[in-house]
Order: sequence, then structure tokens, then C-alpha cells
Amino acid sequence: MKNIEIKAWCRITNNKVLLNGEELQIPIKENTSWLTNIYKSLKIDYPKYFKMDKLSKSGFLASEIIMRKLNIEPLKPKPNWSIILMNNSSSLETDKEFQKTIQSPSDYFPSPSVFVYTLANIVTGEIAIRNKIIGETLFYVHQKFSAQHLYQYSLDSFSDQSIDNVLCGWVEDGDGDIDVLMFAIAESSDKNDFTIENISKLY
Amino acid sequence: MIYKISDNIISSLGFGSKENYSQIKNGNSGLKLYEDKFHLPEPFFASLMEEELINDKFSSMCKPTNEKYTKLEKLSILSCSDAIDKALINPSSNEVLFIFSTTKGNVELLEENKEFEKERVYLWKSAQIIKDYFNNPNEPIVVTNACISGIAAQLTAINFLKNHNFKYAIVIGAEVLSKFIISGFQSFKALSKQMCKPFDRDRDGLNLGEGATTIIYKIANEDENIPKDAIKFVGGAVRNDANHISGPSRQGEGLFNAINATIKGYEKNKLSFINAHATSTVYNDNMESFAIERSGINHIPVNSLKPYFGHTLGAAGVLETIISSYSLLDNTIIKTLNHKNYGVDKSIIINKENQKSEKTAFIKLISGFGGSNAAIMFEKAGYEKY
Repeated sequence: MKNIEIKAWCRITNNKVLLNGEELQIPIKENTSWLTNIYKSLKIDYPKYFKMDKLSKSGFLASEIIMRKLNIEPLKPKPNWSIILMNNSSSLETDKEFQKTIQSPSDYFPSPSVFVYTLANIVTGEIAIRNKIIGETLFYVHQKFSAQHLYQYSLDSFSDQSIDNVLCGWVEDGDGDIDVLMFAIAESSDKNDFTIENISKLY
Repeated sequence: MIYKISDNIISSLGFGSKENYSQIKNGNSGLKLYEDKFHLPEPFFASLMEEELINDKFSSMCKPTNEKYTKLEKLSILSCSDAIDKALINPSSNEVLFIFSTTKGNVELLEENKEFEKERVYLWKSAQIIKDYFNNPNEPIVVTNACISGIAAQLTAINFLKNHNFKYAIVIGAEVLSKFIISGFQSFKALSKQMCKPFDRDRDGLNLGEGATTIIYKIANEDENIPKDAIKFVGGAVRNDANHISGPSRQGEGLFNAINATIKGYEKNKLSFINAHATSTVYNDNMESFAIERSGINHIPVNSLKPYFGHTLGAAGVLETIISSYSLLDNTIIKTLNHKNYGVDKSIIINKENQKSEKTAFIKLISGFGGSNAAIMFEKAGYEKY
């Protein structure tokens, strides 16, 4: 069995951001959404953020916080990184948005910019684009957060010979509740703290 | 070793893999023009299944239960039942894992839902309903990766057989079409107003299709008995373009990397054909020509199954793997229907007529929104890897 080390982890909920267990102070501006307050606190210039749906924003922000902590250069191509994410509601919040644009015949105007986000794996694509991650990207759906499956999928990603770093986690925005737990993990010679038990504790 | 030991396809061309294969071998397409279907303002070509026919099949072939099922769930259960019967396995065993591949599941329930509980629109719920029908004790896995879902689901199945102590994995790929899906693709201007023309200079978009398909994988030792028509998994990979969320990279970066990771160390001349994604959009088909040429496999004939079934989204990777494996065992390379005038930038060989080939392997390619690409390779069972 391989040793897998947690390089950094990030937890985002409706009112808290944790990086490696420590709470980040997010300056709150009025008339600005919680996620955009987090975005502003990062002081980055990435206009694509504003086009994203809430699911993609949530995942993007967690990945940004992690990659910055690890001092990883976004523009360097990363064939050795993969992204494995999972959640409960897939893209349901955006599905409902899109449904509104086609529900009534008198008000029928399906929007391509909404439709593209009716696929949950778009969040893996957004993170891949930002960080030039050109390894594996996968998205899974489970009824509940499953530390066991998160662990299994990540382990399987390392069995792809090109991959030695994985961004993995749970990214959920169902009913407006942000629920994100993301890890950057890597194979390690000595440390082995990416275990089902630890993952469960950090959720 | 991992083998595909059983399968099923249900599409507008018929019930069962053999029936579907023989239809396309005869050059028949399930695509039809629909006007005013789903109350959509524009007509469209698609491969759709009549709900009445599904209901008849379901009541005659499936055991009576108190549960009510959606069209997607009925199709999935029918498809899976047939594959399980042929495989002679017990689906209620804890050695069996269910993996469900779909992009939109029961999304049509968002429009109008009087019959089903609210949570029925969740993908995990459909997966649960399906595996519960077969009394399987394990939590099912749902793979939702846009158009590559069907291959991603198969590669997940293979990893779980190799690494996580399952003996059998049942991969179900299913998609039903609705106003939601068609209007979305129309808003993207991705649908052709005619039957799709893969790799053709006049291609102008894709057609959608629906269906349910099942593959059963088994992990087996060399000395175990494998059905004569089994196909052996050789390799596969998923790679991202990191370029754009709704369009492929022009030079097929991700697909090129996926092909390379899949065929690395493999004798390319064993390949009988390449089953391309070939949706018939301008960008996709051109991108694939780049990826195929760059990988050095452009001397191998390429075909597309989209003109027969349409693009069946979450089912496509599973469906096209099954058809390709039947054609490999039949020593036949299926022609690319509707391809007349070569129209991609790089030099590849489009297979235009059904032709014989005794070669022993095929590779299937797939790409989709979110920048994802995948390749998977199989060979006739009984042949060595190197």
C-alpha cells in the first residue's frame, strides 16, 4: 500500500474558510456574496471567476487557497496532477436555473452560458484550466459525503503511472449551502495521513 | 486480467446488443426527424425510444414490484437484467459493484413531476433505485463527466476490480432525452438540422440519441473460464485539455495524451480500428484528426457510430464500446455512415465501407465538456498484451 500525504486542505462552509485547520479571516463587504468576498480576499485577477456558477466558484476558491499555500505556479503545465471531485446534487442548482429559461413557452430563452454549467464536472475543468492540470479529471456523485470513496478514487488515480499529485474532495452547493472539503495529496516516502479516518475527521 | 463477460444495448434500433449490432452492420440508422416533439420551437433529428414499447417490455420481462420507475430507470433495469441473465451472476452478492453513468439522469422531472418524490431527480437516487431492484448491498457509484462518462465509468469499474476487492462490476450507461437537454444543445447551436456527417467537410453539428446499455466486467485469473465472446481490457486513460470548458483544444492536446497513455508499449499494428467520438461538430472532429495523427495511429481505419445512434451522452461510451467489441469479434470494421467528403485538417483514414479485418484490438476515443478526454483499448481474449 502506498503512503499518501496531505500537502494542504481547505474547508469552506456558509460562514467559514479553513486552511489546514486554521480559520482565514475574510473581510466582509456589503452587497457582496460570501463566495465573492472570499474571492476578493485572495486579491487575484481572474475574471473567469465571475462567469462561473456557484458549484464551480466553490471548487475554484478551495483549489486556489490550496495551490497558493503550496506556492504552486498556475501557468506551469501539470501532466502529473489529477482532479477527483464528488458531491451529492451534481449540478442541480444550475439545472433549476436553466429549467426556468425553458419552462414557459412565452418566456422561452435557453441560455448557453447557463447550460454549460448543467454538468457537474465543469468545476474540474475550471480548476484544470486555472492550474494547467492536464492529468486525469473525474467527477462522482454520492448520497452522502463518503470518506471511503474519496480515499478509493484518489488511490486509484495514483495507479495511473503519470500521476503523483491529486486535488480531491467534496464540492456541494445544494439548496444554497456551501459544503466544500478539498485536499492536495501526494505520494510520500514516510508520511501517511491521507487515511479514511483522517478524511472523516476533517469533514 | 479483466474481461467484459456480458453486455446489453437498448436503443431505438432494438433490444439487445446482437440486434443492435446486426442493424448497424446492415447500415440502418435510428435517427429520425422530430417536429414539435417536447414542444420545442425547432425541429431536430434524434434517436428516441417510444415509452409504450419500453412499458410493454418492462411488464413482460421484469419482476413485479411496488416501486414506480421513470423511463430512464426502466430502460436501465431492462438493460441490466438482460446482461445479468447472460453472465449467470448473482447481482445481490457483495462481490458485485454497480456503477451508473449518466449526464442528466431524471432531469425532465424538473419540468413536471406529479408522480415521483422530489429526490428522484438526484443521480444517486436513480442509481440506488436500479441497484435496489437487483437487491445489491453495496453503495452504487455514479460517474457524471459530461460526454466521457461512459468511458470514465468503465475505467472506474476496472480500478475497483483491481484495487478494491470486487469480483464483478456492472456498468450501466443511460440517457433519456427531454426538452431540457435538446433545448440546451440547440442554444449552443450544436445540433445539425440534418443527419450528422462525421469528418465530412459539410458537417454542421451532432444529433442526440437515447438508450440504456450495460457492460459486466469480471476480474479473473489466467486459469478461470471466460466466455468465448469475452473481450479483454488492455488499457485506458482520462486526460484534460485545460483549455476551455465548452470546446476542445484545437490540436487535441488532452485526447493525444489520453491515447498515448493508453497505447504506450502496445504494438500499434494489432489495432483493427479506432472508434472515434466523432460527434460531427466542426471542432470535435477536426480536433480528433489532430490527436490521431499526433499519436502515430493514423494508418489505422477510423469509424464513428454517431450516425446510427446519435450522441447518447452518458450512454455513449458504454454503447460504442459494446458495438466495437462485437465488430472486433466479427472481424468487421463498421463503416462511417453519411461520410462523403473528407473534411478535417489532418490525414486520417475514415472507414467508408464495412470491411474485413483479422486484427485483434481496437481503441475507443471520447471527449467532452469540461475539457475531458478519454481512451480505452480492448483485445480479443486469449491474446497476450505484448
